[in-house]
Amino acid sequence: MKEHNIEVLERDFQAKIDNDIKIEPKDWMPDEYRQTLIRQISQHAHSEVVGMLPEGNWITRAPNLRRKAVLLAKVQDEAGHGLYLYSAAETLGADREQTIDDLHSGKAKYSSIFNYPTLSWADMGAVGWLVDGAAIMNQVPLCRCSYGPYARAMVRVCKEESFHQRQGFEIMTTLAQGTAEQKAMAQDALNRFWWPALMMFGPPDEDSKHTKQSMDWKIKRHTNDELRQMMVDITVPQAELIGLTIPDPDLKWNKEKGGYDFGEINWDEFWQVVKGNGPCNKDRIETRRKAKENGAWVREAANAFAEKRKLRNTKKAS
Amino acid sequence: MANKEWPLYEVFIRSKQGLSHKHVGSLRAADEQMAIDNARDVYTRRSEGISIWVVESNSVFASDPNDADSLYEPSNSKVYRHPTFYDVPDGIEHM
Repeated sequence: MKEHNIEVLERDFQAKIDNDIKIEPKDWMPDEYRQTLIRQISQHAHSEVVGMLPEGNWITRAPNLRRKAVLLAKVQDEAGHGLYLYSAAETLGADREQTIDDLHSGKAKYSSIFNYPTLSWADMGAVGWLVDGAAIMNQVPLCRCSYGPYARAMVRVCKEESFHQRQGFEIMTTLAQGTAEQKAMAQDALNRFWWPALMMFGPPDEDSKHTKQSMDWKIKRHTNDELRQMMVDITVPQAELIGLTIPDPDLKWNKEKGGYDFGEINWDEFWQVVKGNGPCNKDRIETRRKAKENGAWVREAANAFAEKRKLRNTKKAS
Repeated sequence: MANKEWPLYEVFIRSKQGLSHKHVGSLRAADEQMAIDNARDVYTRRSEGISIWVVESNSVFASDPNDADSLYEPSNSKVYRHPTFYDVPDGIEHM
């Protein structure tokens, strides 16, 4: 294509974005916009899928039938959310098999929160309350993302996810009002998940290399630090209400800014986990790989059955 | 056969009797029946539908966004196709 044509296309594209007109799969888009979205949407999809593992760990050990049914429904939702997102990535030309293979080879990333272990039942509470809470904080603005299929997937995800956080907070509330041991268990889960949950919003703004461009393209609507601040401001009163303590000695209300000041995040730990050195990175990927390998015969059988059904239907028709 | 990639299906759901089927998303499946079964699991977990259509994505032929001007522009100048174009004298009701 001639150079001035590209310029015109790019100008028209940005004008659409500036006017809040959604971009749809067949519309022209700059290659970097496409690549940024493929990377972000597939990482998001992987996070949903890997995110099933820490919770799957507790399904068979849920304390009662109600909790078990709820946890099952939640994990099933995450699988669906993974599917919506993989489909959205496919509309940009990403290959489904390749996308999943990139996760299994370690080439693609997913949210590093899922590389932390879930050691007690209270962790199911902390994960729902804090991890899903942070995810929702991220995903609500994504419902207005400039790319149509991603925005529509996010609308579905947010609608379905609203119960996820509530069920987590309910678990925490119940434990916090229980025996001294139960309350200690809830506090311990909060202690372990608080900082990793704040890391979920990504590196501080000054170190986030993609933020500026993503905001110009309206893929992102808020910076990492803005979202993190919102999370802290919303969550602190919730912890206070159920009598749990946020594990941050520097946490204090700042009247001037109308929000909390909070302590330094350990970014070394964050980068270590991103690089693959978190407590569960190897285990998570190994589990995913095995799931794919062990499911191969099921996919094979489904193909054989589909063939057989087709044959039977053509016979019936003739 | 193990490595054969399943075709992509577009999923349409009728949310209740009297409404048309509406596109909700897509999924991969070995055949149409499996696509229906999976669509039921993925897209109707909260009573979103009472009827499902699946169409293989390859079968959808779509208009080209580059043709949008020539396809849709001509109707912009034909405002007389809308009832608001016409003057109706005061005192006339139910028209």
